[in-house]
Amino acid sequence: MATKRELDEATQTETTGHVWDGIKELDTPMPRWWLWAFYATIVWGVVFVILYPAWPLVNGATPGLLGYSSRAQVASEVARARDANAALDQRILDTDLAAVEQDPELLQFAVAGGGAVFRNNCGQCHGAGGQGAIGGFPNLLDDDWLWGGTVEAIHQTVQHGIRYDADPDTRFSQMPAFGDILTPEEIDGLTQYVLSLSGTEHDAGMAAAAQQTFLDNCASCHGEDGAGMQDQGAPSLVDGIWLYGGDPATIRETITTARYGIMPSFSLGNRLRPEDIRKVAVYVHNLGGGQ
Amino acid sequence: MSDKEHAPANEPKQPPRQSWLSRNHRYIETNAFLLLVFAFVAVSIGGAVQIVPLFYLDNTIEKVEGMRPYSPLELTGRDIYVREGCYTCHSQMIRTMLDEQERYGHYSLAAESMYDHPFQWGSKRTGPDLARVGGRYSDAWHVAHFHNPRDLVPESVMPAYPWLAQTQVDSDQVQATMRANGRAGVPYTDEMIDAAKADFRAQADPDNGDVEGLLERYPKAVARNFDTQPGVTELDAVIAYLQMLGTLVDFSTYTPEASR
Repeated sequence: MATKRELDEATQTETTGHVWDGIKELDTPMPRWWLWAFYATIVWGVVFVILYPAWPLVNGATPGLLGYSSRAQVASEVARARDANAALDQRILDTDLAAVEQDPELLQFAVAGGGAVFRNNCGQCHGAGGQGAIGGFPNLLDDDWLWGGTVEAIHQTVQHGIRYDADPDTRFSQMPAFGDILTPEEIDGLTQYVLSLSGTEHDAGMAAAAQQTFLDNCASCHGEDGAGMQDQGAPSLVDGIWLYGGDPATIRETITTARYGIMPSFSLGNRLRPEDIRKVAVYVHNLGGGQ
Repeated sequence: MSDKEHAPANEPKQPPRQSWLSRNHRYIETNAFLLLVFAFVAVSIGGAVQIVPLFYLDNTIEKVEGMRPYSPLELTGRDIYVREGCYTCHSQMIRTMLDEQERYGHYSLAAESMYDHPFQWGSKRTGPDLARVGGRYSDAWHVAHFHNPRDLVPESVMPAYPWLAQTQVDSDQVQATMRANGRAGVPYTDEMIDAAKADFRAQADPDNGDVEGLLERYPKAVARNFDTQPGVTELDAVIAYLQMLGTLVDFSTYTPEASR
């Protein structure tokens, strides 16, 4: 290249020496700040390659001086989060659940932690606020419990689930499908009898006639008075609270085909840690309906 | 004005001597085809450096116990999942981050999508990640949720998919799909393909099928009448697929190497 470069008269800027129709191309230098930023990124790139995993080799990548791996990083983050709560978590594990509720510090910790667990794991079925959903997803705010509303009973339910085959300790009961056992007329009568138990509008004659059918077929689980049996997960039929619906057609369908509601086991495969299961049991117990 | 008047007096008559690089570069720039070839080579190097190592680096090809090809019904469900565009709102990729582990479970391993053609990692979450949704909800929940998500989750923006429950799906396509996956590297054996139609039925109707054979070919497969309706519906297939997602690797016995 030419050793000495020519200056443009008007701007006093160097030219490239290219001329078109007498017009010369200016060679305006790049701004200093831009140039230095560019050099800095090159230096950063070199430093990064030295410190972090970078170049692929035959069996792996260059590990980098810091020994970084995303798996190790997340493991240490999890450990740090666990450590931060370790003391309180241990107390939750060591303290009787009923006693946890008497200890203001533990109660606050359990309700806050249990609430987070609930919203992530339980709200999809039981509603974000525990209000439940029609179609077999129980409301957790009222005092009507299928398998018991004490904090211990709730803990057992969360731990092992309901009718969850994979967990041998799961809560289990199965209502027979009476469509295979009773005649349609008998089921019609039973429907009226069940309606009568909660004082809903019904055909008194049919209901009275079906009382013996109820005592023979239903009372062993739902009780002679229809108040239900929590050992069996048999719902109360007298309180007017319905899991699948309380209109005659739905009750008829329930008697005919039976229901088989499933709740997952949360201890199986460590889906939730034992301390988190205890926290969420306390949280649910404190939603309002706990016994 | 003429050029002569303004031309500097000291302009050299000959162009300045140019370096070897400059001379040859000029040659490349003035030959479009050569430029094309060299540009392609340069871009290929960039791509190869990023892509080629994925075929041999340990953490992208590590073998993990428990992985198996999809059962015929699951594979059919997976096709429906792709057809309905579920991947546009649901990812299947739990990243190595504390908050993701707390919400979704153990981070995803590359091996967990080794039989996915194409993979369903997704790039955006309007709905939650589904990489470990298997066993998280009951079949009844899925049935009600596909019918209308807002019946269960009032704040949900997911569309309803009521036609899945109303549409029967047959196993006519499944053997061809398995062979196509086999060509892409999924180790379906002749035995699996021969038994595909029977396995397809058995998984949705375990009372009238060879469930033992199904479980031998596809360990941990869940066989149930998922939607409780007679026949095999698209809903059966999708729920069978969802209920197995993320359940194959047993993380109580498998600990990934942290250095990878």
